[in-house]
Formats: sequence, structure tokens, C-alpha cells
Amino acid sequence: METADEDLACAAGLGDRDAFALLLERHYDMIFGLILRLTGHRYVAEDLAQDICIGLAGKLSGFEKRARFRTWLYRVVVNAVHDWRRRETSRAKASAGWGDWEIARQAEMSDAEASKAWLAETMSQLPEDLRDTVALILGEEMTQAAAAEVLGISEGTVAWRMSEVKRRLRAVAVAEDLA
Amino acid sequence: MSDDFEKLKSALQRTSDKPGTEAKGAAMRLAMEEFDRLQESQTEARLNSDPPQGAAGQTGIWHMVSNFLSSRAALAATGSIAALTVGVVVVTPLMNDRSLTGSDRLTGEVELTPSVAATESAPVAPEVSPSAVPEPPMPPVPTPMVTPGEDPAPEADQEVLHSVAPRAIAPQSAPPALSTEPVLEETENFALSAEPSGQSRRDLIARSLERDATASEGMTGLTVRPERMLEDIEITQRHIGQSGDTFPEFEPSVMKTVLEAPVSTFSVEVDTASYGIVRSSLMAGVLPPEGAVRIEEIINYFPYDYPAPSVGEAPFRPSVTVLETPWNEGTQLVHIGLQGQILEADARPPLNLVLLIDTSGSMDQPNKLPLLKQALPLMLDRLRPEDEIAIVAYAGNAGVVLEPTRAEARAQILTALDGLQPRGGTAGQAGLEQAYALAAQMSEEGDVSRILLATDGDFNVGPSDPGALARYVGERRGEGTYLSVLGFGRGNLDDATMQALAQNGNGTAAYIDTVAEAQKVLVEQLTGALFPIADDVKVQVEFNPAVVQEYRLLGYETRGLARQDFNNDAVDAGEIGSGHTVTAIYEVTPVGSPAIRNEPLRYGAEESAETVVSGPRDELGYLKLRYKAPGAAQSALLEMPIPAAPQEASEDVRFAVAIAGFGQLLTEARYLGDWGWEEAIALAQGARGEDPFGYRAEAVRLMRIGQSLSDAR
Repeated sequence: METADEDLACAAGLGDRDAFALLLERHYDMIFGLILRLTGHRYVAEDLAQDICIGLAGKLSGFEKRARFRTWLYRVVVNAVHDWRRRETSRAKASAGWGDWEIARQAEMSDAEASKAWLAETMSQLPEDLRDTVALILGEEMTQAAAAEVLGISEGTVAWRMSEVKRRLRAVAVAEDLA
Repeated sequence: MSDDFEKLKSALQRTSDKPGTEAKGAAMRLAMEEFDRLQESQTEARLNSDPPQGAAGQTGIWHMVSNFLSSRAALAATGSIAALTVGVVVVTPLMNDRSLTGSDRLTGEVELTPSVAATESAPVAPEVSPSAVPEPPMPPVPTPMVTPGEDPAPEADQEVLHSVAPRAIAPQSAPPALSTEPVLEETENFALSAEPSGQSRRDLIARSLERDATASEGMTGLTVRPERMLEDIEITQRHIGQSGDTFPEFEPSVMKTVLEAPVSTFSVEVDTASYGIVRSSLMAGVLPPEGAVRIEEIINYFPYDYPAPSVGEAPFRPSVTVLETPWNEGTQLVHIGLQGQILEADARPPLNLVLLIDTSGSMDQPNKLPLLKQALPLMLDRLRPEDEIAIVAYAGNAGVVLEPTRAEARAQILTALDGLQPRGGTAGQAGLEQAYALAAQMSEEGDVSRILLATDGDFNVGPSDPGALARYVGERRGEGTYLSVLGFGRGNLDDATMQALAQNGNGTAAYIDTVAEAQKVLVEQLTGALFPIADDVKVQVEFNPAVVQEYRLLGYETRGLARQDFNNDAVDAGEIGSGHTVTAIYEVTPVGSPAIRNEPLRYGAEESAETVVSGPRDELGYLKLRYKAPGAAQSALLEMPIPAAPQEASEDVRFAVAIAGFGQLLTEARYLGDWGWEEAIALAQGARGEDPFGYRAEAVRLMRIGQSLSDAR
């Protein structure tokens, strides 16, 4: 049976080196993937994932077993991304991350790239709070309740945001049809 | 519509590009190192037997212990945890920042059973002893007025008190749109942003005090050295300006009464980074954040041609001009210019240069790494064949890109430079350590060794806090290697850290935004700045109360020194390089002038100038300078009286004054009265002189932009 994340986290917090290493191994890909979905920048995902891993060494003692480790870690990641956005020059620049893919698309046009480009365009049209929500619900397949906990907002807000996303996608689709 | 929704969903799920194994490996390795480091520091904490934090700590322990016990059965499932030996310790804020989150740690090599834990942890957790954790003696909060009854000749210079005082809660220059909310909103949150939490700030100050206690052991009567605290406070107490840039906090200096604080002491400054930031802001059509405007750095950006020292004299020569203040009829300005001697290229010692280059992902912008690659070759031409260059890149893990190579091997150096690719995060400390090691290895008798750190300044991520970095640099300073910092790009720029690093590393900080600026800094000036002619240069002015009623120093807010530090050779100060000029300007109010701001004291009235003062009426004050020959331990003294009578001001002096006005107009122009942009521009325009490189013309243009932006506000 696999040891639960929560127990590993507690043990690592108490100084168990192996537990810490196992925890990193298990979750690094998720951390990286979520940041990539939230920012669209590969280098940001690498940078931030590394910072988060380093930070975890000191933060695990703050983990309380009552919490679900995965939820707790999602929050850590989301907060780190918010901090990153705050440090970015402007929102224009933050959304430019998804724009990089647009450039890549022109360099190398394939089906996969076109799909990525569509995603980049769609994501960069959404405001940041909707982007966060979409990344968690659609990307990570979280329930609305879990996403609400990670984002520190009410479930109702998550539901509203998701319907807002649908409304915006509709508007975009109409615009594309007209074009 | 819902098609698109599904499309978005599947696209997002497919987004999970696999992370690079290299990046993953680096992240895990660094994280494990950090983990080990923290474990070690815990051991130290236990050995130190520092007293615990108190009651809160105890509950924390019990919470932890019971948590642990409840999951014991589950833990037994894995080998590693089952064999676990748990330590029980209480950690003080001095040793472990994890205590900041309120979760206390356990230590003490005890097999964990409830009873053992209880007996073991009880003695280490006595009741709260607030005196055990030293509270840093905070300097008084600055007030423009000097308190009555204060010693007329206070121990510590007023200047220092003003510049040292913490101003964490004065983000008045932060644009309101920007969130100033603390980064650590919740315990789970990470301090990835530049803003330190209040706790870690206190932690830093406490550590600084601890260090000072050690440092002052061999010294007479000095227990706390404020300027040391200043370094830490500068690093930690700052706010976020526009975008993600951070700037040191300070308040503009205020008018002081000569009778109460007759002596003003500060360290010289040849940094120019502030001007670069002001320029890039104005060129982008935005007024710069007030915290980014350091008047002394703006003044010192420009080349001046002050009288140079003759052969056989001190390495630099002071000249003093007293002139009428353009913005106030009732006051005068005292302009102090230091001109450093210019070393002939042939006469200079061989140079060892270690380029420490930030290749983190954030440097991947045209005005960062690519600009640096363009700029550095410019400097190669100015080096001599026997000078040596090495290149260290740091991003995640630091590495030597170019082993020490003679400057004549130009192709080899350029190839190494071209091969630099932006990638990964920033671990400044590892890179610095490697660069210092390389510099030490290259250094031979009589050489000058300098590390040139090129970065967008994003040091705040990674395992080391900026305070620790600056301290590290300060410690290495003793080995004779200088450190200069070149800032690139905006958005990430951590101006405060850059400035602190350069100050601690006996170097300069400059900000590079264009190739032209790179040309100026690297070629014209760095070749000078690379060769220090005087170290630890301190300036002290004693004003004559018979002539001067009040004074203020324009700028230098972050450079103040305590009065007694002037003669203390152990106290660090700024350096002057070959050909550098340094300018400082005081505004002084003569006795009896209608412009006097500080009301006379009701209870100190008898001690007026008439009774106390017997100074000569033709001396406005007395200027003293201390400096060390590069590498020397003992300082030399230069001194001269400042004449009371105004003299004719040269173009250089008038231009410096105009720029001082410019700097004040960009911040708070509380002393300028009706004098505004129009007047400042006219003054600068009339004092442009030859201006062979167009720097002064550019300043006038910037002032015009500043004028229109201010008018629009």
C-alpha cells in the first residue's frame, strides 16, 4: 500500500529525508503542469516549480495533517503563480506567455501546434481569475468544491466563473463565425 | 459553444508538456540540499540551547506530537518512516525561519514515545522569557523637529537616525493600483515575492544584531552599529514600485538645526543605477516611483571636470563652492566635488575579471541577456592582453562557462559569451560563491580582482534571502575582491538588492537599458571603476553655528554614517575609482535668515549662537574626508575649511545643482517653493558646457518629459 501524502508530509516535516524525496518525486510533475496551465510559460513553470520545491523543504513543518496535502500543495502553487503575476511588469506581459505559443505556431504548423495555438489564444483572452479557475477545473479535473478551497473563494463563485467562461467562449465562437 | 468548452478542456489536459528531466533533477537536488541545510541548522539550534518562544511554541509541539502519533500506524507501512528517529527541539526565530509560520519543530534525539517526548520536551520549554530573544533597539521614528532637551551634541548623528529609522509602513510612493498586501497571507503561502514578511524582517534585524554583537567584541565601546542594521533594513524594508521592481525605502532628508546636530557624516557614492531607472521610466512616459529616485546617484551619473589632484597628492581632490540657492533666496548651497586621479592605462595593475552572468529564464528578453551579449565585447577592447577574464553563469545550478582566459584570446571569450542560454531559476548565492572562488584562484600579488555581476536582480527566489547574500558579499570583501553590479531590464529588477550587494562588495551598481548606456558604463567608466584609487571614503562636515543656522544634505539618505564612525576604520564606506567624481550638495540657512524653518527652542533660548559659539565668522564649516589607499587598513585624513562667502559657480557646479533640483521635483519638492520644472530646465540648459557625449542634453530632454508628465498629473 502506498503511504499517504499526508503522512509523508508530516514525516518530512519532522526531518525524514526519504519521505521528502518521495513527496517531491510524486508531485513535481503536477506542480510543473499546473504552473504551465496557469501561465503558458515553460520557463516560468521550471523556475517556479524549482522555487516551490526548495521552499517546501522549510514549509512542510507548517503542514497540518488535517489538511489534504494535494489541496494544500495546489494552494501553494496558485499563490506562487499569483506572486509571479504580481511581479510581472504588466498584465500584457503575463498574457504574452500564452502568446509565445502563437509564435511557435507560425514557426512549426502541425495539428498539435494548431491546437496549442488555439488554447493559447483562448486562454489569453480570459482574465486571470477565470484562467485560474479553468486550469483547475478543466485542466486538473477538480471538483468545484476543491477548486474553491484552493482559490480561497466560495463554491458559488467557482460556479459563476465557469458559466462566465462558457459565456465568453460562446461570444468568441460567434465572433469567429462572423469573421 | 459547449463544443468549445470541451475543446478547451481536452486542450488544457493535453497541455501537460512533460517537464524537462534536467529542470526536474535540478529542482529536486536543490530542494534536497535546502532540506539538509535546514536540518543542519536545526541541529545548531539545539546545540545553542536557545530558549524557546514560549507558550505558543508548546502548544505547537503538542499539536505536532499528537498528529504524529495518530498516524503512527500508517507510517509504519514504509521502511523509511518506520525506522525514523524523531528529534524534539524548540526553535528560536534566530535560527530557523520555520518558526515564523507558527509551527514549531521537534528535536532532540529521542525515540518517540509519548512519555519520552513529554519528559524531554518539558525541560526545553520553560516559561516565556521575553528578554531572551533580543529585541532590536529600534532607532527613533524620524521627525522633522528635533526634540527639546536633546543633547546639543548627540552621540549618534541625527542623519543616521533619520536614515536608519524603519519606514515599513510608509508606502506613500507605491502606486495605489498595486497591491501592497503582504505576501504571506497564509501560512501555506510562499515568500517568493520580494516583499519580506514582517517576521522575516525582524528575523533579519535580530540576526544582524547578533552578528554585530560578535563583530564588536574586539572594538571599543561600540555595541550596535546602526549602519549595519541599515544594510539589512534597506534590503528588507522596501515596497514594490511600478511593476515588480523593488526599491530601497528612505525619506528625503530634512532641515536640521546646527546647534542640535552640528556634524553631518556620510559615505561617498558612485552608483548611477538610479538615473538609469529614472530615464527608462520617463522614456516610457511614466514618472518614476519616488523610491527609485536617489538624488546623489542622479547627480553622480554625469561626468564633471573638477580640479584634479596633482602628482604626489592624495588620490582625489576636494573642491568646495558656496553659491546662492536657486530655489530659495534665504539659503545657500555648499557644493562639494571630489575628483579622483586618472590612472594611465599603462600604469594600472593587471586586472582579473570574473563575469557572473544571470542566465535565468527571466533574462530571456531583448533588453537583458541579448543586450548584455552585445555590450560586453565593447569592453574587451579596453582590456590589456595580459588581463584575465572568466565567466560564470548561474541559473538553477551555477557553472563555470569560461575558465580564466587572457583577454587577447578574444574569439574564445566571445564564443563562450554567445553560448549563454537563458534557462531555469536564479540561485544567486551559488553563483557568487563560485565567482569568488574563481577570483581568488586568479588573483596574484598586485592584481586587481573584480566580479562583474550582470542580472535583472531577481535574487529573492531560491534558498537565500537578500540579507544573507549581502552579508556574504560583505564577508568576502575582506579578501580583496570587488563586486560591481550591472542591472538589466525592468519588471523583475530588484534595485534594492543590487544596491546593497554593490555597497557591501565595495563596488558600484549601474543600470543598463540601451547599448549606448552599456558603452558609457562598461567602456568609459568601468575601466575607471575597475581600478579603485581610494577605499572607504567618508565625508564629514561640521557646520559653524556662528554662521549657519540650519542645513540639509541633498540625497545620500541611504548612505548616512554615525558621527563616531568617521574615525572608525572598521566601518565600511564607498569607493572611488580612477577618474571618478563624487558630488554632494548641502543647502544651508545662514544665521538670521528669514528662511529658517525650525523655530527656536523655548527652553534652549539662552544657548543661542551669540553665547555658545565662538567660531570664526568667515568659515561656514569644516570639511573632513577619510579614505584608505586600496587594500590599506589605516585611513588617511584630508581636511579644509569651507569659506562663508559665496563664489562664482562653474558650469559643472550649476549643472549638478540643476540635477539636484530635477531629483527633488521627481520626489517631493517641499523645499523648492515656486521654483519648478521651467527653472530647473533653464538652469541645466545654461550649464551644459561642452557635453561631448550628449549626457547633459539627454538630461534636459528627460526634464522636459518629466515636466509634461507632472503637469498632466
